[in-house]
Amino acid sequence: MTKLMNLVRNFWGTMRRPSVHLSLGFLSIGGFVAGVIFWGGFNTALEFTNTESFCISCHEMENNVYQELRTTVHFTNQSGVRATCPDCHVPHDWTDKIARKMQASKEVWGKIFGTINTREKFLEKRLELAKHEWSRLKSNDSLECRNCHSAESMDFSIQSPRAAEAHSTFLVTGEKTCIDCHKGIAHTLPNMAGVKGWN
Amino acid sequence: MKRTKLFKLMPAAILAVGMFMMIVPAGSAQDVGPSISTLRGLAPLDQTGSAPRIPQTEETDRQRARNYPEQPPTIPHKIDGYQLDKNGNQCLSCHARTRVAESGAPMISVTHFMDRDWQALATVSPRRYFCNQCHVVQLRTPEAVENTFVDVDSLLAVESKPGAN
Repeated sequence: MTKLMNLVRNFWGTMRRPSVHLSLGFLSIGGFVAGVIFWGGFNTALEFTNTESFCISCHEMENNVYQELRTTVHFTNQSGVRATCPDCHVPHDWTDKIARKMQASKEVWGKIFGTINTREKFLEKRLELAKHEWSRLKSNDSLECRNCHSAESMDFSIQSPRAAEAHSTFLVTGEKTCIDCHKGIAHTLPNMAGVKGWN
Repeated sequence: MKRTKLFKLMPAAILAVGMFMMIVPAGSAQDVGPSISTLRGLAPLDQTGSAPRIPQTEETDRQRARNYPEQPPTIPHKIDGYQLDKNGNQCLSCHARTRVAESGAPMISVTHFMDRDWQALATVSPRRYFCNQCHVVQLRTPEAVENTFVDVDSLLAVESKPGAN
């Protein structure tokens, strides 16, 4: 214990004394440059993990959920605007994004130990995984949907009568959020027995 | 010498020409004209024809009249991407008995709760689970052939007229 205290004391002593050999210019400019490199590198690495090509570099993602996405309107449509994995599955704001990335360390664990490394294991776990996403979107009021789809910008007059009525009754009033009705729009649904709204 | 050989060949030549002339009209008689063609269209066999445009789905969201009482009602809205398998039935998320109050959609009829012995069950009978075995959307597309269907009411109206038959 005294050894550790001595180490801390020595470190503190060094830190509070002015530098003897290094110039102030080197320390301030060098520190600034090192900071830029460190922060830039961190951010680049973070953004790299936020791309679709990174997501589907794992076969669990490429062979299951990505193949399902390819058949939906969020992958191919008239205007060619499409959503990639992180658009819906990673928050766009920095703090929320970091929080999600920390959660994702569990997914790295799952990858290393092969939690869903076969189709059978994936299907077995599918309901649990889907429930995580439903509850995330429910609790943040479908934030990732609303990053692109804004209720204010929806033109009900050119929606089908059925859609216009549902949106004006439930969405605009805040009674329901997107995910309450729009489950399974980008991926195939698990067994829905017992899920609210499904029989 | 040359001439005799030519004469010898004459019957064969006449036969060949005659056969050819018979074959050609026979061939054109089978050609029924451009009004009906096979599904693959007019492209030659060794070429791939251009695919027809995919017609738009009618989306009126209003019930259509049925042509006869037992007709399964047609679907008046798009069902693109609806999941309908053993894991889930997206149609029922609006049309199920417990869902219609919220959705405003018509409830599936009581026949869907019956098994093949007309025994009413508590839930949808498995044989009625796969909706689009009977219920289909309608496309905005010209009729491929003329429809000569006569509604039963029009048929009865004609028969009940004095002097008919």
